[in-house]
Parts: sequence; C-alpha cells; structure tokens
Amino acid sequence: MTTRRLMPGLALLSAAALALAACGGGSAEEDAAEATGAAGDAVAEETTEAGDGASESAAPAEFPAGSTMAELSEAGTLRVGTKFDQPGFGLANLDGTPEGFDVEIAKIVADALGIPEDGITYTETPSAIREEVLETDQVDLVAATYTINDTRRERITFAGPYYVAGQALMVRTEDAETISAPEDLSDTSIRVCSVEGSTPSETIREYLGSPDQLTLFAGYSECADSLANDQVDVVTTDNVILLGLVSESDGAFTLSGETFTDEPYGIGIAKGDVEFCEFINETLAAADEDGSYLEAWESTAGSIEGAQAPELPAADECV
Amino acid sequence: MSVLVDNFDLFVGGFLRSLEIIAYALVGSLVLGTLLAVLRVSPVPPLQRFAAFYVGIVRNSPLTVMLFVTAFVLPELGFNAPFFWLGILGLVLYTAGFVCEAIRAGINAVPTGQAEAARSIGLTFGQTLQEVVMPQALRSVVPPLGSVVIAMMKNSAVLGVFGVGQDLLSVGNRLTSAQGFAVTPVLFGVLLGYLAITLPTGALLSVVERKVAILR
Repeated sequence: MTTRRLMPGLALLSAAALALAACGGGSAEEDAAEATGAAGDAVAEETTEAGDGASESAAPAEFPAGSTMAELSEAGTLRVGTKFDQPGFGLANLDGTPEGFDVEIAKIVADALGIPEDGITYTETPSAIREEVLETDQVDLVAATYTINDTRRERITFAGPYYVAGQALMVRTEDAETISAPEDLSDTSIRVCSVEGSTPSETIREYLGSPDQLTLFAGYSECADSLANDQVDVVTTDNVILLGLVSESDGAFTLSGETFTDEPYGIGIAKGDVEFCEFINETLAAADEDGSYLEAWESTAGSIEGAQAPELPAADECV
Repeated sequence: MSVLVDNFDLFVGGFLRSLEIIAYALVGSLVLGTLLAVLRVSPVPPLQRFAAFYVGIVRNSPLTVMLFVTAFVLPELGFNAPFFWLGILGLVLYTAGFVCEAIRAGINAVPTGQAEAARSIGLTFGQTLQEVVMPQALRSVVPPLGSVVIAMMKNSAVLGVFGVGQDLLSVGNRLTSAQGFAVTPVLFGVLLGYLAITLPTGALLSVVERKVAILR
C-alpha cells in the first residue's frame, strides 16, 4: 500500500513545515490576525477596566451640551482606530496594544477630554476600512497614517494635519547614484515595490514607464526582502517608514534623493462633526505649545535614526 | 455603484490580467498533472513513489505556503524570476497535484482487463496508455477535473498578495484602500468578474461532459 510508505515522508515534511513556521516565516496576514486576536483580548480587558477609570476622571463641564466632546468625556471612554503594523506610528506590541506616534496623538486628544489612558480602546484599522469604521460608528476617531485627500473627505471629516510625511525612494546603496528621483523610474527596466492600497503606490504610477514595473505587497518587510534579493530595485512609500527599514538594513539600503510629495496625516472623525474637529485642532495647537507634541514624536517615530523632528503643520479648515 | 462604472477600464484590465494568469496556470497544471498521473500508474516503483510523495505534499499543504515558497524562498536560494512567473509557478505546482489525482481516478475507473488485453496483443506501456486507457479514462475525468479547474480559477485571486498584482482582486484592493471607495460595491464588482470567468466555465464543462459521456 502506498499510503503506508508515504507516512514517514509526510511526518518528516510536517516536521520541516513546523520548523519553517518557527523560523518566523509567517505571512503578514497571519501576523495581523494574531495581533487582532491579541488586541481583541486587550480590548475586552480594557473595557472592563474603563468603568473604574471613568469614575476617577471628573468630566469637565466646559464642553457644550450635546457635543461629541461632552458625550465622550461623560462616558470616559474613547474608541481609537489605528494601524497595528506601522513601525513608529502604530505597531502592536507583544501584548497586542499598539504603540507609536499616531497612538500618542490619540492619547493627547483623550487627555484633553479628561479620559485616562486605560479608557482608550484600540481597533485595528487597515487602510481599506478606515472610512467604514467611522461611518458605522465603530470608533470615535481614526489616527492611522491617514493621508488627507478629497475622495476621503467626501465620506469623513479630517482634523489636523498633525504631521506631514513625504514620499521617498529607497534603493540598494550601490544604486543611489543612478536612481535618485522619481523621474528616473520612466526606465522600464527599473522594478519598483510598494504596499498595496497605499497612497504612495498610486502616486508612483504617474512616474512609471509601464505598470508592469510595479510590485505590490501587503507589508513593507516583503518589499525590503525583495530589494535585498534583487527582485526589485526601488522601494517607495512615506519617508518615515523607509527610515525604519534603512536603519534595520546595516547600510545595505539608503534613501535616495529628496521627498517628492506631501502626505499630510489627519485624524479622521465622523462626517460633518465640525465642533469635534475644531476641538482636536485646538488640542493639537496646545500640545505643540506645551511640548507634549514633540515629546510624543521623540518617544516614537523620532527615535528612528535619521528622522527629523516635525513642526506642527497649520490646521486645515474643518469641513 | 457608480464606482464600477467610473472605473470600468480598471476592472476590465484586472479581468484580463486574471484571465491571463488563469490561462498560463491551466496549461501548466494540466500538463504537469497529466505527467504526474502517468508516473503514478507507471510500472516503475521509484517514479510511482516520487509522484505519490509529491501529491502527498501538495494536497496537504495550504496554497499560501506553496506561493510563499515560490515567491520568497526560491529567490533566497538564488532562483530569480519576475514575481508574475513565480506566482504562476506556485499555482501550477499546487494545482498539478489535484489534476494528477483526478486523472488517476479516471484511469483506475478503466477496467484492468482493458490494459491487460492491450498488453497481450503486444502494445507497449506507452501505447496502452495512449490508445486504450486514456481515451476511456478522460471521459470519466471531466467532472472531477472541472472542479479542480474552477478551484484553480478562484485560487488565482490569492496571487495578488505575492507580488503578482494587477489582477481583479488587486484592482479591488487598490480602489478601496488607496482611493477610498466603499468596500461593498467594489467587492461586488470583483465578485461579478470572477463569476464571469467561472460560470461560463462550468456551463462549458457540462456540455463537454454530455458530449463525451460513456453510454453504458
């Protein structure tokens, strides 16, 4: 019987597969799923604790009755949508709580509402569903490397911007001379990598000689691996994210040329909530004054080698 | 639903790209799968064992693992090709295992007496397979092989995650994530695209099945 002869081979194979999995070769999806699972637990815990936190913080009576701020500070909880996979901005730590600049900004807003840190619950919001979670009232605000643009403005309201990133190119160090500006990508032999569903992946299409030059992955680590393996020649996305990859590459990669776009990161809130939007903008301005804005940066994305301290950009009009 | 109309050319591009991926994978997996089936029924034990081992691996591992190997592990080992071909390679290697088993089932459905009779009048193994067994086997293979082919068509949607891109599902992701369109209508359009590939295939298979049915 062939089955019996197969068994030892299959046993070996599954052992090998297990070994592979243990090497951390998991796909981005799996990692995300694990993170979400862990986050779910964390949220469950935090929700139970939120009651205690609410009793500690006296709700300031300064908010107009019926406003979002009044409701939130009354409840003592804030639901925040953020990324769980963006180093420096929103990256889930081992117990599933996200850490980064976006998270710190959300904490600043919560603090202004009189909500303690344990009153914040985090929901993972990948790029594709950021508008949905606001429209369906699953979160109160989204801070998730959320570039402000007009298509998104039709469905939600943006407060901020609180940071302006810029798209840049990362290349292997030896190619830094030959590929230094997006215009160089019109040469169809140059292969470019970016992340599916990101604004930079749309922007870079304008510069390519052929759409076949572009490879898209779910995460930035795959792009970095492909660059190391000579599968692609350029990785492009926001400069702060690339800096993280450069600092991990031991000099194999470098940023080439200048940033060529402005990516203003805003805080997404429910469409038309102008009061809340203006409140967030005032909060950001105050945080810039008292230094907590810069502190939030230094403790997160600012710790990446080569990252420059930002100045708080002027707020857009609330619409 | 206006998103479907406004971006119709994108959807069509994605549809054609998916068709292209499916066409390559179909040819590749049918050829490789048939080859494997021939090995599995051949009178040479090492070849039998090799094919059985291969099918055992492929049928018992997830498609994403297979694609992960072709897209990321092979380049690590120095086998470099465009991601498009690495993705198709993964899909072909995976589907071939199922094609092999479907064809082998058809071969086993042919009574042993047929092959014995063919051998006794002096036909070689190759001739027996080609002239006597396969023509009969292929008739009963149509329904199971059809299922495998349709599964392969749907599996092609996974390739976008492994750097192939520009296929139907990737177009959907692009519209929802980067351009901020609502998920529901976009995914509805993507679903329509896949149905436009799989439903006619199913209908065609039914026709073929009726055409080649054995009158018993």
